Amino acid sequence: MNLRRDVFQAIADPTRRAILLLVATQSMTAGAIASNFDTARPTVSKHLQILTECELLNQEQNGREIYYHFNAKKMKEVADFIEPFRNMWDDRFNKLETIMKNYKPNK
Amino acid sequence: MERKTKVHAEKGKQELVIAREFDLPLELLFKAYVDPDIVGQWMGTNVLKLENKKHGSYQFETRDDQGKVVFRANGAIHEVVPNQRITRTFEMENAPFDVQLEFLVFERLTDSTSKLNIHIIYKSVALRDQQLQLPFAQGINMAHNRLEEIVRQLK
Repeated sequence: MNLRRDVFQAIADPTRRAILLLVATQSMTAGAIASNFDTARPTVSKHLQILTECELLNQEQNGREIYYHFNAKKMKEVADFIEPFRNMWDDRFNKLETIMKNYKPNK
Repeated sequence: MERKTKVHAEKGKQELVIAREFDLPLELLFKAYVDPDIVGQWMGTNVLKLENKKHGSYQFETRDDQGKVVFRANGAIHEVVPNQRITRTFEMENAPFDVQLEFLVFERLTDSTSKLNIHIIYKSVALRDQQLQLPFAQGINMAHNRLEEIVRQLK
Protein backbone atom coordinates (compact mmCIF):
# COMPACT_ATOMS: atom_id res chain seq x y z
CA MET A 1 0.00 0.00 0.00
CA ASN A 2 2.82 2.31 0.95
CA LEU A 3 4.74 1.38 -2.17
CA ARG A 4 1.74 2.17 -4.34
CA ARG A 5 1.53 5.66 -2.91
CA ASP A 6 5.22 6.14 -3.51
CA VAL A 7 4.84 5.25 -7.19
CA PHE A 8 2.26 7.97 -7.61
CA GLN A 9 4.38 10.45 -5.73
CA ALA A 10 7.16 9.51 -8.09
CA ILE A 11 5.17 10.26 -11.25
CA ALA A 12 3.49 13.32 -9.73
CA ASP A 13 6.75 15.27 -10.05
CA PRO A 14 7.28 16.89 -13.49
CA THR A 15 11.08 16.49 -13.45
CA ARG A 16 10.76 12.81 -12.64
CA ARG A 17 8.22 12.37 -15.44
CA ALA A 18 10.65 14.07 -17.80
CA ILE A 19 13.41 11.71 -16.63
CA LEU A 20 11.15 8.71 -17.28
CA LEU A 21 10.36 9.90 -20.78
CA LEU A 22 14.03 10.50 -21.44
CA VAL A 23 15.14 7.07 -20.23
CA ALA A 24 12.19 5.40 -21.96
CA THR A 25 13.74 6.22 -25.32
CA GLN A 26 17.26 5.08 -24.38
CA SER A 27 19.13 3.68 -21.37
CA MET A 28 21.42 6.34 -19.92
CA THR A 29 23.98 7.00 -17.19
CA ALA A 30 23.16 9.42 -14.37
CA GLY A 31 25.56 11.96 -15.87
CA ALA A 32 23.88 11.80 -19.30
CA ILE A 33 20.44 12.20 -17.70
CA ALA A 34 21.59 15.15 -15.56
CA SER A 35 23.04 16.92 -18.62
CA ASN A 36 19.46 17.25 -19.94
CA PHE A 37 18.38 19.37 -16.97
CA ASP A 38 19.32 22.70 -15.47
CA THR A 39 18.75 21.15 -12.07
CA ALA A 40 21.81 20.49 -9.86
CA ARG A 41 23.33 17.05 -10.25
CA PRO A 42 22.57 15.92 -6.63
CA THR A 43 18.90 16.82 -7.19
CA VAL A 44 18.81 14.66 -10.30
CA SER A 45 20.50 11.85 -8.32
CA LYS A 46 17.78 12.11 -5.70
CA HIS A 47 15.10 11.84 -8.41
CA LEU A 48 16.86 8.78 -9.86
CA GLN A 49 17.02 7.20 -6.43
CA ILE A 50 13.26 7.66 -5.91
CA LEU A 51 12.45 6.30 -9.38
CA THR A 52 14.71 3.29 -8.77
CA GLU A 53 13.17 2.60 -5.35
CA CYS A 54 9.73 2.60 -6.98
CA GLU A 55 11.05 0.20 -9.61
CA LEU A 56 10.14 2.57 -12.43
CA LEU A 57 13.84 2.53 -13.33
CA ASN A 58 16.30 -0.36 -13.11
CA GLN A 59 20.04 0.01 -12.66
CA GLU A 60 22.52 -2.06 -14.61
CA GLN A 61 26.27 -2.10 -14.15
CA ASN A 62 28.09 -1.88 -17.48
CA GLY A 63 31.84 -1.84 -16.89
CA ARG A 64 32.50 1.19 -14.68
CA GLU A 65 29.22 2.87 -15.56
CA ILE A 66 25.74 2.39 -14.13
CA TYR A 67 23.00 2.61 -16.74
CA TYR A 68 19.39 3.39 -15.94
CA HIS A 69 16.71 1.43 -17.80
CA PHE A 70 13.03 2.23 -18.03
CA ASN A 71 10.88 -0.49 -16.46
CA ALA A 72 7.93 -0.54 -18.87
CA LYS A 73 6.26 -3.40 -17.00
CA LYS A 74 6.05 -1.37 -13.81
CA MET A 75 4.80 1.64 -15.71
CA LYS A 76 2.05 -0.49 -17.28
CA GLU A 77 1.08 -1.64 -13.80
CA VAL A 78 0.81 1.97 -12.69
CA ALA A 79 -1.27 2.80 -15.77
CA ASP A 80 -3.72 0.09 -14.79
CA PHE A 81 -4.26 1.64 -11.39
CA ILE A 82 -7.36 3.72 -10.82
CA GLU A 83 -5.63 6.14 -8.46
CA PRO A 84 -5.48 9.15 -10.83
CA PHE A 85 -9.19 8.68 -11.61
CA ARG A 86 -9.99 8.55 -7.89
CA ASN A 87 -7.85 11.63 -7.28
CA MET A 88 -9.73 13.55 -9.95
CA TRP A 89 -13.07 12.81 -8.27
CA ASP A 90 -11.67 13.45 -4.84
CA ASP A 91 -10.52 16.93 -5.95
CA ARG A 92 -13.94 17.68 -7.44
CA PHE A 93 -15.79 16.50 -4.35
CA ASN A 94 -13.47 18.43 -2.03
CA LYS A 95 -14.29 21.52 -4.05
CA LEU A 96 -18.01 20.74 -3.88
CA GLU A 97 -17.78 20.37 -0.10
CA THR A 98 -15.91 23.67 0.32
CA ILE A 99 -18.38 25.57 -1.90
CA MET A 100 -21.42 24.20 -0.09
CA LYS A 101 -19.95 24.84 3.36
CA ASN A 102 -19.79 28.52 2.40
CA TYR A 103 -23.15 28.47 0.66
CA LYS A 104 -25.64 31.11 1.81
CA PRO A 105 -29.24 30.53 0.76
CA ASN A 106 -31.41 33.33 -0.66
CA LYS A 107 -28.44 35.05 -2.18
CA MET B 1 -5.91 15.98 3.38
CA GLU B 2 -7.63 12.70 4.08
CA ARG B 3 -8.78 10.84 0.98
CA LYS B 4 -12.47 10.23 1.36
CA THR B 5 -13.55 9.26 -2.14
CA LYS B 6 -13.70 5.55 -2.89
CA VAL B 7 -13.68 4.07 -6.37
CA HIS B 8 -14.64 0.46 -6.76
CA ALA B 9 -13.91 -0.99 -10.18
CA GLU B 10 -13.96 -4.75 -10.27
CA LYS B 11 -11.71 -6.29 -12.89
CA GLY B 12 -13.53 -7.50 -15.99
CA LYS B 13 -16.78 -5.65 -15.27
CA GLN B 14 -18.28 -2.84 -17.35
CA GLU B 15 -19.33 -0.83 -14.34
CA LEU B 16 -17.82 1.09 -11.47
CA VAL B 17 -18.94 2.72 -8.26
CA ILE B 18 -17.76 6.06 -6.86
CA ALA B 19 -18.69 6.64 -3.21
CA ARG B 20 -18.10 9.66 -1.05
CA GLU B 21 -19.21 10.87 2.35
CA PHE B 22 -19.66 14.61 2.77
CA ASP B 23 -19.46 16.87 5.72
CA LEU B 24 -22.69 18.48 4.45
CA PRO B 25 -26.41 18.10 5.14
CA LEU B 26 -28.18 16.01 2.48
CA GLU B 27 -30.08 19.04 1.10
CA LEU B 28 -26.87 20.98 0.42
CA LEU B 29 -25.22 17.98 -1.26
CA PHE B 30 -28.23 17.54 -3.53
CA LYS B 31 -28.31 21.26 -4.31
CA ALA B 32 -24.69 21.05 -5.48
CA TYR B 33 -25.93 18.65 -8.18
CA VAL B 34 -28.98 20.57 -9.39
CA ASP B 35 -28.01 24.26 -9.18
CA PRO B 36 -26.32 25.05 -12.54
CA ASP B 37 -24.02 27.76 -11.09
CA ILE B 38 -22.79 25.49 -8.32
CA VAL B 39 -22.33 22.48 -10.63
CA GLY B 40 -20.21 24.67 -12.91
CA GLN B 41 -18.05 25.78 -9.99
CA TRP B 42 -17.03 22.38 -8.68
CA MET B 43 -16.97 20.60 -12.05
CA GLY B 44 -14.82 23.40 -13.45
CA THR B 45 -16.97 23.71 -16.57
CA ASN B 46 -19.74 25.89 -18.01
CA VAL B 47 -23.23 24.51 -17.57
CA LEU B 48 -25.05 25.40 -20.80
CA LYS B 49 -28.20 23.56 -19.84
CA LEU B 50 -29.43 21.59 -16.82
CA GLU B 51 -33.08 20.56 -16.67
CA ASN B 52 -33.67 18.67 -13.44
CA LYS B 53 -36.78 16.81 -14.41
CA LYS B 54 -37.95 13.55 -15.87
CA HIS B 55 -36.84 13.43 -19.51
CA GLY B 56 -34.84 16.64 -19.14
CA SER B 57 -31.31 17.06 -20.44
CA TYR B 58 -28.04 18.77 -19.65
CA GLN B 59 -24.95 20.06 -21.43
CA PHE B 60 -21.50 21.05 -20.13
CA GLU B 61 -18.79 22.89 -22.03
CA THR B 62 -15.26 24.04 -21.21
CA ARG B 63 -13.26 26.45 -23.36
CA ASP B 64 -9.60 27.42 -23.09
CA ASP B 65 -8.28 31.02 -22.95
CA GLN B 66 -8.51 31.30 -26.73
CA GLY B 67 -12.17 30.30 -26.67
CA LYS B 68 -11.51 26.89 -28.18
CA VAL B 69 -13.79 24.10 -26.90
CA VAL B 70 -11.68 21.58 -24.97
CA PHE B 71 -14.47 19.57 -23.34
CA ARG B 72 -18.12 19.12 -24.08
CA ALA B 73 -20.47 16.60 -22.55
CA ASN B 74 -24.20 16.04 -22.51
CA GLY B 75 -26.81 13.64 -21.28
CA ALA B 76 -30.47 12.89 -20.81
CA ILE B 77 -32.01 12.93 -17.36
CA HIS B 78 -34.20 9.93 -16.83
CA GLU B 79 -35.44 10.67 -13.33
CA VAL B 80 -34.91 13.17 -10.51
CA VAL B 81 -36.21 12.53 -6.99
CA PRO B 82 -35.16 15.50 -4.80
CA ASN B 83 -32.69 14.56 -2.06
CA GLN B 84 -32.81 10.92 -3.11
CA ARG B 85 -31.63 10.12 -6.60
CA ILE B 86 -30.79 11.21 -10.14
CA THR B 87 -30.71 8.72 -13.00
CA ARG B 88 -29.10 10.03 -16.17
CA THR B 89 -26.89 9.29 -19.15
CA PHE B 90 -23.52 10.94 -19.73
CA GLU B 91 -21.63 11.27 -22.97
CA MET B 92 -18.39 13.10 -23.64
CA GLU B 93 -18.52 14.58 -27.14
CA ASN B 94 -15.66 13.86 -29.55
CA ALA B 95 -14.40 11.11 -27.27
CA PRO B 96 -14.39 7.38 -27.95
CA PHE B 97 -16.16 6.35 -24.72
CA ASP B 98 -19.76 6.09 -25.96
CA VAL B 99 -22.67 6.86 -23.66
CA GLN B 100 -22.75 5.72 -20.04
CA LEU B 101 -25.64 5.25 -17.62
CA GLU B 102 -25.35 6.82 -14.17
CA PHE B 103 -27.33 6.08 -11.02
CA LEU B 104 -26.72 8.77 -8.39
CA VAL B 105 -28.05 7.96 -4.93
CA PHE B 106 -28.04 10.64 -2.22
CA GLU B 107 -28.29 9.48 1.34
CA ARG B 108 -28.62 11.21 4.71
CA LEU B 109 -26.16 9.98 7.34
CA THR B 110 -26.73 12.51 10.14
CA ASP B 111 -28.19 16.05 10.22
CA SER B 112 -24.85 17.40 9.06
CA THR B 113 -23.39 14.57 6.99
CA SER B 114 -24.45 12.78 3.83
CA LYS B 115 -23.31 10.24 1.29
CA LEU B 116 -23.28 10.06 -2.48
CA ASN B 117 -23.09 6.79 -4.37
CA ILE B 118 -22.58 6.92 -8.15
CA HIS B 119 -23.02 3.67 -10.03
CA ILE B 120 -21.83 4.01 -13.64
CA ILE B 121 -22.46 1.42 -16.35
CA TYR B 122 -20.40 1.50 -19.55
CA LYS B 123 -21.05 -0.09 -22.92
CA SER B 124 -18.09 -2.45 -22.51
CA VAL B 125 -15.31 -3.42 -20.12
CA ALA B 126 -12.74 -1.96 -22.51
CA LEU B 127 -14.49 1.44 -22.58
CA ARG B 128 -14.69 1.53 -18.81
CA ASP B 129 -10.99 0.75 -18.48
CA GLN B 130 -10.11 3.42 -21.05
CA GLN B 131 -12.00 6.05 -19.14
CA LEU B 132 -10.45 5.00 -15.84
CA GLN B 133 -7.05 5.60 -17.37
CA LEU B 134 -7.90 8.97 -18.90
CA PRO B 135 -6.55 11.14 -16.04
CA PHE B 136 -3.37 9.11 -16.13
CA ALA B 137 -3.05 9.59 -19.89
CA GLN B 138 -3.52 13.33 -19.42
CA GLY B 139 -0.74 13.30 -16.84
CA ILE B 140 1.55 11.67 -19.38
CA ASN B 141 0.57 14.28 -21.97
CA MET B 142 1.50 17.00 -19.50
CA ALA B 143 4.84 15.28 -19.02
CA HIS B 144 5.33 15.24 -22.80
CA ASN B 145 4.58 18.95 -23.03
CA ARG B 146 6.99 19.61 -20.19
CA LEU B 147 9.67 17.59 -21.94
CA GLU B 148 9.15 19.53 -25.15
CA GLU B 149 9.56 22.71 -23.15
CA ILE B 150 12.82 21.45 -21.64
CA VAL B 151 14.14 20.40 -25.05
CA ARG B 152 13.26 23.80 -26.52
CA GLN B 153 15.21 25.55 -23.77
CA LEU B 154 18.28 23.46 -24.56
CA LYS B 155 18.44 24.70 -28.15
